[in-house]
Amino acid sequence: MIEERKEILDKYQLVVGLEVHAQQLTKSKAYAGDKNEYGSLPNSNTSPLTLGHPGTLPRFNRKVVDYAIRIGLATGCELTREMNFARKNYFYADLPKGYQITQDTTPICTGGEVYVKDENGQDKRIGITRIHIEEDAGKSIHDQDPYNTLVDLNRAGVPLLEIVSEPDIRSLEEAYNYLAEIRRLVRYLDICDGNMEEGSLRCDANVSVMLKGATEFGNRCEVKNMNSLRNVQRAIEHEMKRQIHILENGGKIDQETRSFDAITGTTFTLRSKEDAHDYRYFPEPDLQPLVLHDQDIETVKKAMPPLPRELYNKYTEKLGLSEYDANVLIDSKPIALYFEELTAHTKNYKAAANWVMGEIKSYLNQTATSIEKFPIKPTEMAGLIAIIDEDLISNSIATQQVFPKMLENPGRSAKEIAESENLLQQSDDTWLKGIAEEALAAFPDKVQAYKNGNKGLLGLFMGEIMKKSDRKANPKMASEILRKLLEE
Amino acid sequence: MTTYRSLQEIRKDLTAGSITLTQLVESYLSNIDASSDLNIFLEVFGEEALERAKEIEAKWQAGTAGRLAGAVIAIKDNICYAGHRVGASSKILEGFESLFTSTALQRLIDEDAIVIGRVNCDEFAMGGSNENSAYGNVKNPLDPEFVPGGSSGGSAAAVAADCCLISLGSDTGGSIRQPASFCGIVGAKPTYGRISRHGLIAFASSFDQIGPFAHSAEDAGLAMEIMSGQDHMDTTSSSVDVTPLSEAKLPKKLKIGFVKECLDSEAINSEVRDRHSALIEQLKSEGHEVEAVSLKELDYLVPTYYVLTTAEASSNLSRYDGIHYGHRSPEATDIESTYRKSRTEGFGPEVKRRIMLGTFVLNAGYYDAYYAKAQKVRRVIKEKTDAFFEKYDLLLSPTTPHTAFKFGAKSDDPIQMYLEDIFTVHANLSGNPAVSVPLFKHSNGLPFGTQIMAPVFKEAEMMQVAHNLMNTVALKG
Repeated sequence: MIEERKEILDKYQLVVGLEVHAQQLTKSKAYAGDKNEYGSLPNSNTSPLTLGHPGTLPRFNRKVVDYAIRIGLATGCELTREMNFARKNYFYADLPKGYQITQDTTPICTGGEVYVKDENGQDKRIGITRIHIEEDAGKSIHDQDPYNTLVDLNRAGVPLLEIVSEPDIRSLEEAYNYLAEIRRLVRYLDICDGNMEEGSLRCDANVSVMLKGATEFGNRCEVKNMNSLRNVQRAIEHEMKRQIHILENGGKIDQETRSFDAITGTTFTLRSKEDAHDYRYFPEPDLQPLVLHDQDIETVKKAMPPLPRELYNKYTEKLGLSEYDANVLIDSKPIALYFEELTAHTKNYKAAANWVMGEIKSYLNQTATSIEKFPIKPTEMAGLIAIIDEDLISNSIATQQVFPKMLENPGRSAKEIAESENLLQQSDDTWLKGIAEEALAAFPDKVQAYKNGNKGLLGLFMGEIMKKSDRKANPKMASEILRKLLEE
Repeated sequence: MTTYRSLQEIRKDLTAGSITLTQLVESYLSNIDASSDLNIFLEVFGEEALERAKEIEAKWQAGTAGRLAGAVIAIKDNICYAGHRVGASSKILEGFESLFTSTALQRLIDEDAIVIGRVNCDEFAMGGSNENSAYGNVKNPLDPEFVPGGSSGGSAAAVAADCCLISLGSDTGGSIRQPASFCGIVGAKPTYGRISRHGLIAFASSFDQIGPFAHSAEDAGLAMEIMSGQDHMDTTSSSVDVTPLSEAKLPKKLKIGFVKECLDSEAINSEVRDRHSALIEQLKSEGHEVEAVSLKELDYLVPTYYVLTTAEASSNLSRYDGIHYGHRSPEATDIESTYRKSRTEGFGPEVKRRIMLGTFVLNAGYYDAYYAKAQKVRRVIKEKTDAFFEKYDLLLSPTTPHTAFKFGAKSDDPIQMYLEDIFTVHANLSGNPAVSVPLFKHSNGLPFGTQIMAPVFKEAEMMQVAHNLMNTVALKG
């Protein structure tokens, strides 16, 4: 691969549209009762229907529609009220019926949008052309038998959502962020596990380049077989450079389908335009047209989880958190949901965010626990934050003593623990004064040194107060009292 | 054995003790044996049928036997029966055994019908003469030089040759009614969606329906009634309630239409036309209102039908690819040659012709010109038919333009063969029920039928009319 100089690359504008296939997390397949389960023994999740036996007919799994409505609502799509299924015909060994049941002219969702950050950190709108329901094919395994291709049909008939973006993506960062956002979205919606390595989230990229300022897109190539976010970015980058190189040398881009090779980081021709499949789409006669009623949509709407972008806006605008904090908190849905519940019980959002991102996350990481199994309930965490805010305990007592005890004693409130462990900090003026006087009395020469100008000694006296008070002295009050005593 | 013409006669004799179920099955088995040169049966389930007879005899004694106890049936080779071979009379499914039983057949078995065998048909139900079977022609029991019709030729012949009382066929464009007409028996196609297609090997999914053959309209009607009704295994099956035969409501004076263009058609045999004209006069004289209606689209029916059915078939038959089951060419060396050779060797010429036609009409460049246009014509026909049945109780026509023809007479000219379907495809395009009623005998000695088409889900009334017409003895030639 010849690396073009930056000034040459800068002449061109990248244009990308992404097609994302998301395997749905339904219990059974799209049109059969077989289990939808990754990692089962080959060909165990099959039946005469999945095997395409003569006389079998598809039966539609209604859950698939609910999932499609979820993503449609989340991306602001228009939902199609009456739709047909279509057959997409082609021959392959892992496609037992010889066709996929999909949607052609009447996709369930059209015309939505997703917002992602561009390379300058600005919000960028990426249009969603359509989202439709499709079934997956099985798997052909070419590398386990020296003479034969093995076919595993467990995946055949697993429901997919195909999410097609507009060619609105203009940079590698946008491509990466768009795909990351789609992955986060399907995870938030509980409709796909978003695992690109296992292939439950897959992506094809339509890539073209044009001279900056041009109005007409260049010929595009479709790039397939990228199994991670990073590889999608690599593949697009390579494809962009390949196309620019051809154009710079007076060539033209042939519209074709290319495959990405993750080892070399390059793309190669899979099939040219002349060899493009004619899928002979036509309405699936074995299934009735599907009608969406208001009620169907309302039911899904009511059960919608909060969406990452909504939470992000809420955290930055209403809760006053930084963009960085907001991003960390929304990255994983369970964490965000914990934080949501926590903020329902405390108004100290910054402290709540710090606890979640700090002590809680490090506990989860160290113990490899998921937040769902985290022993301290959000209400109890709110109680801990409250007693800090009320100056009943200090931050360091909270992190070093109360929080670990709360982990060991789920259900016990922070206040109870602080009380029974005698950790409540002392804010009694007279008592504090007494301790402070004792502390100063122990270092008469240092007191003199302080009075002579060595203000740095305040820390030493504070340390002494903490020691004598079993760390229970209210540090703010103690330091005020100290200053007063020293200035007398 | 007496030659039984209805289930009622059999049940009377069973009650009287003049015959046992075992004897009944044995006599059908001996008829099958005696008529083996007609090439009707692909497989006879003799032992099994005798065992079933014993079981049902016990139930009969106990008074717990089902409504079809006494009915011995044969099934077309495109209806799945668990643990039995099924092959659509095609080499490509040679040796294939089904893992499940079709809903329609299961419902008959649940009412104690005895399945005696699997019968020959045109390959994948494509044909009108039973000359397209990979297992050879079925001969017409009334004259072995003539075809029995198709595609359910074996099913019609099995009943006509008294090898069973009732048989199951499938009707995509007339594949039950036309052979019923050629063999002189009753053959009925229900409303699309009335009988589950689960377990029927698909030819054209939006046209196919299972239906019965019998000597009597009651037997055909009863079998149809029992097979009818919603099935969650076929989402295109209808939830409309099934009207029992006994509850058919017929007005005293029927309003009957006949399609003018059918009787005026140049293709129609003059005797077929004359006998139908006479039938119309007779119905009028009985007080029924009979009027000519116009169906200007008649000439478009067959082309529309062939565009749409071949399109669906080209897709439905993609699964026979030599990979998962059925015939795989021993010459295959890679995926491409597995497909090409297995399918080339496995399918017969008519099936290949239709796959090619269907692939062509679905081609992106021709889709609008053929498939999309044919869909529009189909909608127009459906709307016209619905409008027609707002005014009339029945639509009457000959089932076929001719009586049965000789082997080879049309097999070199597919267009001529396709035009045989001119009167029958209407009901499949519109989805209405239709029955061929054996009313006439031609001077050439062969029978021909009258087709009655009814409003959707009016099977009970339709079969009642068929029954009444058959009782008008004067018409029998």
